[in-house]
Amino acid sequence: MLALDVRNLHKKYPDFQLKNVSFQLEQGYIMGFIGVNGAGKTTTIKSILNMLRIDGGEVYVFGRNMAEHETELKQQIGCAFGDVDFYTRSRLKTITDITKKFYRNWNEDIYANYLRRFKLDENKKIAELSSGMKVKYSLALALSHGAKLLILDEPTSGLDPVSRDDLLDLFQELIVDGEISILFSTHITSDLEKCADFITFIDDGQIVASAEKNEFVEAYRLVSGSEAQLGVIREELIAYKVNSFGFTGLIRTEDFDPSSDLRASMPTLEEIMIYFAKKESLYV
Amino acid sequence: MNVIISNKSEKPIYQQIYEQLSALILKGELESGYCLPPIRQAALELRVSVITVKKAWEELERSGLIHTVTGKGCFVADFAPGEILETRNRLILEQLTLDAAYYKSFGLTLDEVIGLLKKVYD
Repeated sequence: MLALDVRNLHKKYPDFQLKNVSFQLEQGYIMGFIGVNGAGKTTTIKSILNMLRIDGGEVYVFGRNMAEHETELKQQIGCAFGDVDFYTRSRLKTITDITKKFYRNWNEDIYANYLRRFKLDENKKIAELSSGMKVKYSLALALSHGAKLLILDEPTSGLDPVSRDDLLDLFQELIVDGEISILFSTHITSDLEKCADFITFIDDGQIVASAEKNEFVEAYRLVSGSEAQLGVIREELIAYKVNSFGFTGLIRTEDFDPSSDLRASMPTLEEIMIYFAKKESLYV
Repeated sequence: MNVIISNKSEKPIYQQIYEQLSALILKGELESGYCLPPIRQAALELRVSVITVKKAWEELERSGLIHTVTGKGCFVADFAPGEILETRNRLILEQLTLDAAYYKSFGLTLDEVIGLLKKVYD
């Protein structure tokens, strides 16, 4: 069963557009949503959640159309945004009391558990929280109403390495029963190297690839060689960097001839992202 | 059961898990009938993705080292006497076939390969 099915999203702004964004997340898995700043991650997530008016496309959550069953489906969705600010002068307690009224399946025990785990003090005001603590607080809210689909925008970006590690542990614990699915956007790709099952990569408003993580990485090779060799292979490369020792570039595995004497290695997610971003600057 | 995963290795993680588990089985450290942990549990404990473990388990099954009982889990297969040796040799041969192709691409003769192998083997 698909937890999330995004079909052909279009959204046009004067200087940016989402073009034909489609991807699917199977229930019980973690999908990392990657792309550089401004690639369209948050716009896509807001479109999924019906937080902005899209120009075209459809979103299905657990097989049901989001536009038609929004109120119902949102009971099953937990979301958190890295940068959303609550009323800063309210206490956490006040905000929680308001939030939980919207959810039929609010679970006070689970909520109390997360407060403890995240070391959050309900009597503090939002203004007194660090940015990392704010993220943790919005996660605690997102996780306490029995959500089956978590949609998290940059949940790890304000966190220190220890909290990030703890959060990734938590994600894996959450999906162990195969019921909960998680879509989270990030530009810290090392978070995904281990725990993500699927990767969706967005670049300049378009999905470059959405695939199982290994297949995603294996579709590319990082090649390096001398400047003379660059001349032969330049056309095939997605992007490359040249220095006085030679060049390094990203190539699709299908375009790469393994018998050539270029050195080839598996790229990391980060390297794939970097070279794609470079590709645009080549044509400016 | 001891599995060590390296993020630095060029080998995909599922391959690392597969190789280490198949070695444990072929050396008899995991005995016939031993029940492997459920895929999602193993993923949580190894801190790798669910699909990674799934792939490793599938590879083990394809090699005939484990079998799945629906609803119960994955178990280390029963081996007839001599079968372990046979399986081991088959896996080694598969790897050697790959390696041999690589050596041939450099135009090495068998004697040259054996000479070089001797150097690294001690």
